[in-house]
Amino acid sequence: MAARKSTAKSNVSADELKTYYREMLLIRRFEEKAGQLYGMGLIGGFCHLYIGQEAVVVGLEAAAEEGDKRITSYRDHGHMLACGMEPGGVMAELTGREGGLSKGKGGSMHMFSKEKHFYGGHGIVGAQVPLGAGLAFADKYKGNGRVTFTYFGDGAANQGQVYETYNMAQLWELPVVFVIENNQYAMGTSVQRSTKSPSLWERGAAYGIAGEEVDGMNVLTVKEAGERAVAHCRAGKGPYILEVNTYRYRGHSMSDPAKYRTREEVQKMRSERDPIEQVRDMLLTGKHASEDDLKAIDKEIKDIVNQAADFSKESPEPALEELWTDIYA
Amino acid sequence: MATEILMPALSPTMEEGTLAKWLVKEGDTVNSGDVMAEIETDKATMEFEAVDEGVVGAILIAEGSEGVKVNTPIAVLVEEGETYDASVVSAPAASVEAPVAEAPTAPAAPVAAAAAPVAVVELTPDYPEGTEMVSTTVREALRDAMAEEMRGNEDVFLMGEEVAEYQGAYKISQGMLDEFGPKRVIDTPITEHGFAGIATGAAFGGLRPIVEFMTFNFAMQAIDHLINSAAKTLYMSGGQMGAPMVFRGPNGAAARVAAQHSQDYAAWYMQIPGLKVVMPYSAADAKGLMKTAIRDNNPVIFLENEILYGKSFDVPKLDDFTIPFGKARIWREGTDVTIVSFGIGMTYALEAADKLAEDGISAEVIDLRTLRPMDLPTVIQSVKKTNRLVTVEEGWPQGSVGSYIASEVMQQAFDYLDAPVVTCTGKDVPMPYAANLEKHALITTDEVVAAVKQVTYR
Repeated sequence: MAARKSTAKSNVSADELKTYYREMLLIRRFEEKAGQLYGMGLIGGFCHLYIGQEAVVVGLEAAAEEGDKRITSYRDHGHMLACGMEPGGVMAELTGREGGLSKGKGGSMHMFSKEKHFYGGHGIVGAQVPLGAGLAFADKYKGNGRVTFTYFGDGAANQGQVYETYNMAQLWELPVVFVIENNQYAMGTSVQRSTKSPSLWERGAAYGIAGEEVDGMNVLTVKEAGERAVAHCRAGKGPYILEVNTYRYRGHSMSDPAKYRTREEVQKMRSERDPIEQVRDMLLTGKHASEDDLKAIDKEIKDIVNQAADFSKESPEPALEELWTDIYA
Repeated sequence: MATEILMPALSPTMEEGTLAKWLVKEGDTVNSGDVMAEIETDKATMEFEAVDEGVVGAILIAEGSEGVKVNTPIAVLVEEGETYDASVVSAPAASVEAPVAEAPTAPAAPVAAAAAPVAVVELTPDYPEGTEMVSTTVREALRDAMAEEMRGNEDVFLMGEEVAEYQGAYKISQGMLDEFGPKRVIDTPITEHGFAGIATGAAFGGLRPIVEFMTFNFAMQAIDHLINSAAKTLYMSGGQMGAPMVFRGPNGAAARVAAQHSQDYAAWYMQIPGLKVVMPYSAADAKGLMKTAIRDNNPVIFLENEILYGKSFDVPKLDDFTIPFGKARIWREGTDVTIVSFGIGMTYALEAADKLAEDGISAEVIDLRTLRPMDLPTVIQSVKKTNRLVTVEEGWPQGSVGSYIASEVMQQAFDYLDAPVVTCTGKDVPMPYAANLEKHALITTDEVVAAVKQVTYR
């Protein structure tokens, strides 16, 4: 059982750092814009923002290869952007328009991309865990060497189907990385109020699954842990668990007043551990980028997000005929 | 440049709220994430955070204002050193009508939009006349169908409890491990929720799983994946990906296994768009429909019956015998009454028809074979001829398959009915264990005969 607490090393190029900065910033600005559009009534229903957790997906995507798969819960916008899905298509799905990735029929929680090997976007807590193991089952069956990243939260980590899946994934040595995005709160219930387990990843030990705990606010630490996990899976050693400690700045969804934690707690995390600020500091102090360079990136991201927002407003609502399509293949 | 801050919608249903308290005042500098105000909705008091940074140029709605509509400008943010020019921003007032903005209005419910497509009657025979027939049990027919499809397509595999080394709890998969090996005939732990999810994920990933539930009673542990994951993904993904797979196993009452192991799920699954639901009676139908199910690109619920497994029927000897979904079979033509059934219900329907014939009543017996899609045109056509309808099933009465058929017939062929439709179902009780009570809890042939006499006024 590998049980490592890893620390970030600086064996990463300036270009890579800039890429991570850019990708994390895209998620943050996109989510802020989504929050605005929700406030304007352009986005309806549930909308779960990823702000604060950006280093998790960006770090793990950096460890993935072309053809690897990913699947996650309903807090999925960040995962989609990180694997290269079109921001305009994601935003237009949030606004329920024809140009959305699911033609407006899925919404915030249900988006997919065969092209980018993104298998959703699942609204039922924990359901994506066996589904992700099933994707890995298909890859092992085909012998194609691919790995599936199966993301779930600390809340889902208490679901029974997760443990049914652990058992079968290890039994059948499925190439799946179980990523527990521990953002400390399952809606309004803190981890401490939902389990006596000191850690979530260690539960895998009961099934013989290797894993480790990771600082999810540091993109480099996440990437390195992801590389270890992927190497384990690709070597045919079965699943691997990463418990990535992260923090969600916003409420569970747009309608969550987040009264279960103090403002100081959130502000402390923002001011001391922010994943984007950490990379920004690395870039500036390492003289890998100037303030002007970063401003240019900020501007570029702002433009992308604004274009996505414009597209999501301009794209028409789906035609009424769409009500009756895609029910059967 | 000045930025208007609008009254936010803080829940899916919020239309207006109370601006309870301002936590900033004009001239304050705010950063992204700072709390600017407290807003009360009908459900909670929420803190409202700044998204952009800037200086509060003006507060447009005073604290304590009630009924502030979503999207009303409540404040203006300006950049450092800039002053607020009221003339460029829309007039402030608590009573201001919320700008309709680009917010789309919800499309009016169903309207007379495009109607769901309707199947057409097609009564071509399942196989050419003169085909050699072989007496086969339902059990063998199911196994043969799976094996044939697995020979033809490497992506098809069978997964479930005791399907491999034990040769199947009901011996449906007998011999399959030997032929296809453990990669394609896979024993699972007793964890229906987990393996139904894994199989669905494998279907997303390009395989064509057949999932055996030892009985459909246990599929209740897994039903979230059958419905939320397998049935809905094609729609939710705008047609990008779905779950081509079969969930199969015995359904309904067996014998003396009491309440938790004796339930007919036909009406449950039949309700779900995105699923196809098959419930065969004969061995030929079991074989032809199973092969179609495995080839179908959608999730198929294949409801078998333990009591029928050992029953023999003639099965056509053909290299590749399939039966399309949505095509009922008329087992027996008649003129006085239409009896519609499916699965094991057909045993009562056919027995009743024999008895009725002795009394000079000619019953037309229709086996639906698939419940979704359902061949209603064949039923309607028959009712137009006989003017009387009795439905037969083992499931419970409320929300039964029969009650759906009765309502469709009433809507589509009301003028042809000479008597109210009678729906024969199991009794509205959990299945009892005692032999006499169990027999009474199920539908009986005598009850079907009585129902026919009722609708024919005999």
